[in-house]
Amino acid sequence: MRMKNLFRKGAVLERMAEGMTLQLERDLIDEKDGLSAQESQRLAPSLFEIGGYNEEMVEATGYSNYSYWRCTFQAFWKNRVARFFLLSLAALLLFTLVQPYLPNQMGPAEIFNFEDGTVKRNLAPNSEYWFGTNAVGQDLWARIWSGTRTSLFMALIVACSDCVIGIFIGVLWGYVRKLDGVLTEAYNIIDNIPRTIILILISYIMRPGMVTMIISMCCVGWLGMARFIRNQIVMIRDRDYNLASRCLGTSTARIMNRNLLPYLVSVIMLQISLAIPSVISDEVFLTYCGLGMPKAIASLGNLVEEGRKVMMSPKLQYQLIFPALVVTFITVAFYMIGNAFADASDPKNHV
Amino acid sequence: MLKYILQRFLRALLSLFIIVTTIFCLLRLMPIEGYLGPNWEKMSKEVIAAKLAAKGLDKPVPAQLFDFYKALFNGDLGKSWIYRENYPITKIIMPKMAVSARLGAMAMALSLLLGIPLGASMARSKGKWPDRMGTAFVVLIQAAPSAIYFLFIQMYATSGTGIPMLYNARAPISWILPIISLALPSIASYGMWMRRYMVDAINQDYVKLARAKGIPERSIMMRHVFRNAFVPMVQLVPSSLLYTIMGSLYVESIYSIPGMGGLLIDVIQRQDNTMVQALVLIFSGVGILGLFLGDVMMALVDPRINLQRKEESR
Repeated sequence: MRMKNLFRKGAVLERMAEGMTLQLERDLIDEKDGLSAQESQRLAPSLFEIGGYNEEMVEATGYSNYSYWRCTFQAFWKNRVARFFLLSLAALLLFTLVQPYLPNQMGPAEIFNFEDGTVKRNLAPNSEYWFGTNAVGQDLWARIWSGTRTSLFMALIVACSDCVIGIFIGVLWGYVRKLDGVLTEAYNIIDNIPRTIILILISYIMRPGMVTMIISMCCVGWLGMARFIRNQIVMIRDRDYNLASRCLGTSTARIMNRNLLPYLVSVIMLQISLAIPSVISDEVFLTYCGLGMPKAIASLGNLVEEGRKVMMSPKLQYQLIFPALVVTFITVAFYMIGNAFADASDPKNHV
Repeated sequence: MLKYILQRFLRALLSLFIIVTTIFCLLRLMPIEGYLGPNWEKMSKEVIAAKLAAKGLDKPVPAQLFDFYKALFNGDLGKSWIYRENYPITKIIMPKMAVSARLGAMAMALSLLLGIPLGASMARSKGKWPDRMGTAFVVLIQAAPSAIYFLFIQMYATSGTGIPMLYNARAPISWILPIISLALPSIASYGMWMRRYMVDAINQDYVKLARAKGIPERSIMMRHVFRNAFVPMVQLVPSSLLYTIMGSLYVESIYSIPGMGGLLIDVIQRQDNTMVQALVLIFSGVGILGLFLGDVMMALVDPRINLQRKEESR
């Protein structure tokens, strides 16, 4: 009995509500579109028919298909400058890979002679040697692309290992208090053993070359990244939302992945984008100290160092300018991409 | 806090011991020919043995290590082997360190004074002209190999201005260019990071609330944005300041400054073991102290940061 009453009451209410909305809708249309009462009467009556009760529609829950990374990429892609640098960087990478297979390319280690047997030394850029030749008579065009390939390859490997090891250790170091002491001292110890000694000793054991450089750079490269991440984590580890998560018993791994790292995406992105150029400039520095790659292998470090030695004579400055331009371009490109990505990664900027 | 400082101090001593011992052993792996100087192939066996014995290299490594620590506890860093033969190491290093630290500290003051306002003003006008100009500056400084633009600075700034090409301890005018060269990269990096941290802070809800409350923009920037953005910068300040005693290889070599730059690399390559040990000891002490002071500074600037481990906490 009571149920029946309730139903009836419900039906009445429903009908009343329908009547009201009908009127309301008509009013709204009038107001919004500036239609007169007559004009609104002329609208198709089907527009005002009751849609009826559809259980599926009532139960349907709305959800947005928001995905953090997709929106980040969308926001990033809207930035024209960053898009330009990303595409040209990809083009550069592709070109260094394809270049040796193009027709009429010279070998990067080949030494060229004139017909009378003298070495083609320090030729200014011309139609045959597009970027000129260096003091030994090698083609700079070929050397620059081969050097860019070597250096970019090395930088990619080292930067990847820096980021993976650095972020992993940095997060543990900053968050897990039990490991703080051990990792702090491990950092102090590894950081303070001079790299020169390690490099010299490694070069006694192994042949100096790219692999040696990569290994020795990977050994120490993650330290800076780890310290950077650790400082960031220490700052936010006791914020209220992390405290709340801990109180609710969230596991350490989940706090790291869900609470700490997403908060740091923007700064981590900027740091990663600087990792590759810093490996290249590191190589330039090591070459300057005489600990770099052997001279026979073309690399950006070797090329810049060769160019720096002759930069005081204006006629030979082309030997410095071309490799320096490549280094500059790579750094600028990564910096712009990193900064744009960091801006895009803030969810408040997502639409 | 006091307990934490004491703990860190004791652990630092242990680390120092491990570092110095490791270096000591690694140095003994270096080839013996390096100790003998040029023409070692022509030396007779007796001469070689006598030369090694003079440096204490004929004893087993643990005995050498014991001798080294015994001298160290008496405050004696030893004498240089090759760099300046039989000259006390402290007397070699001290004046050099003073030179490097003086220039480095001035450069650092300059870069903090310029870099942080640069980053702050870039963040305030994000996307507008000051930001673009600043970004162009930061990018150029970061991108161009520093070995090259240091040379350009030396070449073009000295012609016509009356600034001498080389460093002269008595003429402060000659310090200007080295200081600028040392400061430029750090200005760029301080500016870059300050901008990043401030841009991130400006997007926070508390800044929006402060704006909604009608707090003047100036004090929002100072109290809410700058203070939060400055915390991560503070960690690096003590170590960068202390590391100035290490000098800079590029700058000191082009202006021929009698500083520490490249000294460690040089003595390692020449296998002057006593010098290497002394330098590593000093540098690692400084490095450990820098990390520690940075942590303390960070906890002081931001009271939410807590360095100690509470009982039963993760």
